[in-house]
Amino acid sequence: MTRAAARAASHRLAPLRARSRSWLRCAPLITVALFLAPIVAGLLGTLLPAFGWLPAIGGREFTLGPWARLFSAPGIGAAIALTVGTGLVATVLSVVLVFGLCAQLHGRTPGRAGRGLMAPILAAPHAAMAIGLGFLIAPSGWVVRLLSPWLTGWHQPPDIATVQDPYGIALTLGLLVKEVPYLLLMTITALGQVSAARQLEAAATLGYGRTVAWLKLILPQIYPQIRLPIYAVLAYALSVVDMSLILGPGNPPTLSVLALRWFTAPDIRMYFPAAAAALLQLAIVLASILLWRSGETVIAHLGRRWIAQGARRTRLAPLTRIAAAAVAGLAGLGLASLIDLGVWSVADGWPFPQLLPKHWSAHTWTRQFSMVAWPLETTLIVAVLASALALLLVLGCLENEQRSGRAATLRALWLLYVPLLVPQIAFLFGAQVLLTVVHLEGSLIAVIWSHLLFVLPYVFLCLAEPWRSLDARYARTALCLGTPPRRVFLRIKLPLLLRPILVAVAIGVAVSVDQYLPTLLVGAGRVVTLTTEAVALASGGDRRITGVFALLQSLIPLAAYALAIGLPARLQFHRRQAGGET
Amino acid sequence: MSAVLHLERVSIALEGRVLIPPWSVGVPPGQVVTLMGPSGSGKSTLLSYLGGTLAAAFRATGRVWIGAREVTEQPPERRRIGILFQDDLLFPHLSVGENLAFGLRSTVRGRKLRAARIDAALSEAGLAGFARRDPATLSGGQRARVALLRLLLAEPEALLLDEPFNRLDTMLRADFRRFVFGHAVAAGLPVLMVTHDWADAEAAKGPVLELGTAADGMPVIGAARVPLAIDAARAAIPIGGDWSPSGKGADR
Repeated sequence: MTRAAARAASHRLAPLRARSRSWLRCAPLITVALFLAPIVAGLLGTLLPAFGWLPAIGGREFTLGPWARLFSAPGIGAAIALTVGTGLVATVLSVVLVFGLCAQLHGRTPGRAGRGLMAPILAAPHAAMAIGLGFLIAPSGWVVRLLSPWLTGWHQPPDIATVQDPYGIALTLGLLVKEVPYLLLMTITALGQVSAARQLEAAATLGYGRTVAWLKLILPQIYPQIRLPIYAVLAYALSVVDMSLILGPGNPPTLSVLALRWFTAPDIRMYFPAAAAALLQLAIVLASILLWRSGETVIAHLGRRWIAQGARRTRLAPLTRIAAAAVAGLAGLGLASLIDLGVWSVADGWPFPQLLPKHWSAHTWTRQFSMVAWPLETTLIVAVLASALALLLVLGCLENEQRSGRAATLRALWLLYVPLLVPQIAFLFGAQVLLTVVHLEGSLIAVIWSHLLFVLPYVFLCLAEPWRSLDARYARTALCLGTPPRRVFLRIKLPLLLRPILVAVAIGVAVSVDQYLPTLLVGAGRVVTLTTEAVALASGGDRRITGVFALLQSLIPLAAYALAIGLPARLQFHRRQAGGET
Repeated sequence: MSAVLHLERVSIALEGRVLIPPWSVGVPPGQVVTLMGPSGSGKSTLLSYLGGTLAAAFRATGRVWIGAREVTEQPPERRRIGILFQDDLLFPHLSVGENLAFGLRSTVRGRKLRAARIDAALSEAGLAGFARRDPATLSGGQRARVALLRLLLAEPEALLLDEPFNRLDTMLRADFRRFVFGHAVAAGLPVLMVTHDWADAEAAKGPVLELGTAADGMPVIGAARVPLAIDAARAAIPIGGDWSPSGKGADR
């Protein structure tokens, strides 16, 4: 009956519907074309120069010269060790801490207050967080000021490398502050899909405490759902550029920073070893993911034996308490870092070891206004357009999926994750070459496209679940009433899903504002955003000015979230159940 | 091992509304006491309380003993009170054998010995060779039996049945009832069952009580008005033999 009604409706509006259908059918294709083709081309554009081929700058034969150059560079071994060490340690610790906390809370999700405190940390761009953390733990930062001079006896900032230390401890800490809340959010989302409470109750009647039961029963069930986010964190931690520039050591730096340094060197021949380094970065990420995958297999095997032993107690129990405390500590560091940015931006003279500035003033803000205005405008334009474009494509894909009745497979989801798993530096080099060929290098359009690569996956991941779980009977009812599918989409589905749509856009904005390397490389230095400015200022600039840029950078995603949550309430204030779940 | 499950003036209220009036009962080892009541009357809530997993919104008073051991304040995993739920709650990520191994106490050491115990339990339940099967491939009746086996391997000292036969069809139900009561009696466990099905109560062959509503609207628990051929003599409140209510825990 539904079908018949729909067909009747489509007869009346046949031309309209045909047009929208054809566009819709193209949506997945356009998405993939915008998405995967450039990445593949970009990877190729990195691969060829890594073996000496780049005719534009005189590379006309395949050689291993770039690799020889790479491996003979001073400190290359230390750079590789630093890259692998910080990336793996940060990821392993993030995962262990998140699982430990969840086992300790045994499936209860953190309350409103906890989630409210996490939001600014999740929203803040990596660069801003790194800058704030750098301020916080620097020898003249809040942490040392808090302990001086009564405990340390220091009246001058001590001469210790607490930031940019050679072991990458500050970098690892920075990664932990950002990635732990992200993985926690992913885990909480996954927990919503298993009936954890019932199973823990059943385990309790068998004599299992909740912590052990969580580790033995709930964790194995949710792990498959958080595997991809964990791999994304692993890939990110191994290849991050902006955080490494701010918190990582300078000599030798991490591999991706080394590649960037060579890539932007005045000597154009450095492009060849730079491409080799980027390719090595890709190999490290892929090898690490494989290593992680085999580690999963081993742990799963041991875990099964552990489960079958029937032990009711575990020596891990005290560890989960430590993990919970550590997560709280990291959240505290993250929030303090953001507050520190704000304090520096309005500080007017802040001698060591005073805990607060001597005078407060808005001078830095007013004086920097003209400096800030242009990058702010660019940041907003890029973020809004990239998110809007992503939203259009994602809605097109989801609507097409619903009308054609074909759901995206898990394999399609992996495709979506490709830009998050492949190190940015590995394909952005090649992409830049490609853009030079089509004369789009340094254009705003190219930068928006490069952001889209990272915005789109997140917008899709945010929207797919609410979209698919919307009660299909609403749309069916409307179709039965003679409403064409296009109107059902516009008048029924969009308003019902307004809240998740706005949240997805806000997350898109946050992801866009986060992007440093794509803006820098694809923008070719001509597209300047708050992010590129903040990172540039972080290396030795005035802390007050850096504070203004980094704080403003953090405020954009926060404002976007506030709007996403506030707007539906205003627009649909007379509807209690409308707006959908978030 | 065998001890009386004793409830001492246990009562439960939700937002000031009394669900279970103060109730004392002793369930001797190897006997099944049935509490009848319509759905939504709070029977399952009572079992949650006894198992130690009562939701925070409920207010409960009274004390619970297994023999001379008071469990009122103990966390659920220390009580050794097994609950058989309406759903079998087999863990979907574990095989049938692993589900049973999860239940089997860790005092049984060594992989071979543990596997032997599990195989023995399975074949005795007519499920020989099922150890490696995925629980999802089992029929409802088979899953229900595995759930009980898992519970018994954890060596509980008391058994609570939360309408465990409800989900099974009539044919299987009689079968599974015999299976559950047979095992519980053989293990010498005190069993408290809640149900709204008179056939369950009849099959239990034990005292039957009813959670009903008094004239003033308050809930009361009394001897069931027996509609079927249940021996009326057995419908009296049993008094636990080896339990003395005074003296123990007098420090509270």
